[in-house]
Amino acid sequence: MSTLTADSRLAHAAEFISLEADLLDQYDYQSWLALWVEEGKYVVPVEPDEQNFEDTLNYAYDNAAMRDMRVRRLTSGESMSASHSARTLRNVSRFRILGTEANGDLRVRNAQTLIEYKFDRHRSFAANVEWVLRPNGARLQIVQKVVRLINGGDSLTGLTFLP
Amino acid sequence: MKHQDYASLVKKDRVHTALYTDPAIFEQEMERIFKSTWVWVAHDSEIPNKNDWISTHVGKEPVIVNRDKNGTVRVMLNRCRHRGATICEKKKGNSPGFVCPYHAWTYGVDGSLKGLPLPKGYKDFDKSDYGLIQLRVESYNGLIFATFNEDAPPLKEFLGRARPWIDLFMKQGGGYPVKTLGEHKFNFPGNWKIQLENTTDAYHFPVVHKSFLSSLDGDTEELFSFMDAGGYVEDLGNGHSVMVMIPELVDLEEDLDQPIPERFAELAEELRKDHSEAEVRRIVRAVTGSGFNVNLFPNLACSMAFFRVLRPLSVDETEIRHIAIGMDGGPAAANRMRLRLHEHFQGPMGFGTTDDAEAWERVQRGAQAGEDDVWIMLNRGEDKTESNAGDVTAETGMRAAYQMWKEVMTK
Repeated sequence: MSTLTADSRLAHAAEFISLEADLLDQYDYQSWLALWVEEGKYVVPVEPDEQNFEDTLNYAYDNAAMRDMRVRRLTSGESMSASHSARTLRNVSRFRILGTEANGDLRVRNAQTLIEYKFDRHRSFAANVEWVLRPNGARLQIVQKVVRLINGGDSLTGLTFLP
Repeated sequence: MKHQDYASLVKKDRVHTALYTDPAIFEQEMERIFKSTWVWVAHDSEIPNKNDWISTHVGKEPVIVNRDKNGTVRVMLNRCRHRGATICEKKKGNSPGFVCPYHAWTYGVDGSLKGLPLPKGYKDFDKSDYGLIQLRVESYNGLIFATFNEDAPPLKEFLGRARPWIDLFMKQGGGYPVKTLGEHKFNFPGNWKIQLENTTDAYHFPVVHKSFLSSLDGDTEELFSFMDAGGYVEDLGNGHSVMVMIPELVDLEEDLDQPIPERFAELAEELRKDHSEAEVRRIVRAVTGSGFNVNLFPNLACSMAFFRVLRPLSVDETEIRHIAIGMDGGPAAANRMRLRLHEHFQGPMGFGTTDDAEAWERVQRGAQAGEDDVWIMLNRGEDKTESNAGDVTAETGMRAAYQMWKEVMTK
């Protein structure tokens, strides 16, 4: 059970989310995988407001096995787009605690602006990111990460990184 | 460019790089191809009810596809007859008419101009002169096509020998009508024909999609290792072709007594709660999708388990949609599996599409070199004949599409 105050919970979540962003920007996928609880879900829905991920089409709807496979694909050298992957830089901000579940899980939302650089050009991807984070001792773990791209459903480009 | 010049750019076994890079050729393609042949616009299930509409494009022109109150499917230019504003900016909706947001000219679902504010400001104004501009519309087995060309042959004739393949493809409804389940849309900086070729290119699969193959279980990986599995490519006429990759998945209503593959065991168990064994087998086999791609000139492919739609944006920019399909009214568990399979390969984060997109972009970048005297080669493999089952990696489908390109561009 968390004994953190509201303000420190927010600071704790913000610190954790910044860490997650840094791991992905640094391609440290093994450390990223270790942030998750086993049953965690990584979701990038097509429609920005989607609630029913299971019965609708997503860009990614990953359980632990799919996350492992995705990381393997990005790091194996077998994928031409991943071998020549984009550099990314994300800014995460506007953190807000949306609520706390009975079991202590935190629901958090933040803004994410991701700049991709590849093929001599910059592209930007803006998203609202919604989290379910589980306090586990002094650390947090990811139960759910939902990346709601503001241009979800419209035309994207091939993504060689994890938003 | 003169007609004979277009003809000189397409030989039997190669095409000139200018077909990817010349903006003037692109503008002519929009006129001679996308304004003269049948272009796919929608699937029936996208507008199931009266007054349903979607907004999309035919070539570069925005259109509304709707089902009017009598059930007639219409395709109309998405521009008000007054000052040209788009009537619909949302992707889809259901409404008893269309109102232009600029000056409130109001149209019926049949496209007729019903009314406008302050009509006294016009003299000798006949509303019947100002209906929304309508395209010719015909459909085949749920696929809706439109054309600007009043003289185009009937759709049935245009599709010709592709029709039986479309019928086979639709068997993946598993006893239910096929329904669209959402789509992945993305752009790539390259010419539209690079994508047109790709749906009939088996040769790239084990190379570009090695990481996808590695992510599959053993049986599925074997299924997708179709380089030497009896597949072939056939020219179906009018630029259409079929590439059969997995011959045992050509007719999804055959071989229903075969054992259910291990990867579908859990799904089959779930389905058995509400379905007979015969239904379970039919649904499970349908979930796999078809073992072939039907490439329809110029913009649609019925590709294994989804619709691939291309839209040219400029000579070096193309929009692709991968539309997921499933069973209308079918079991939720089966449709969920279809969605997860689609997500695995397709779309901006798919294990397959991202590598395809990278390859296509590299073609466009590489095609900037040696444009004047280096050609794009399409000379791989012999065409299928009666006696020769052929080669799944033959570039027959590309040759078929480019011969149609040549025919239409030099008409």
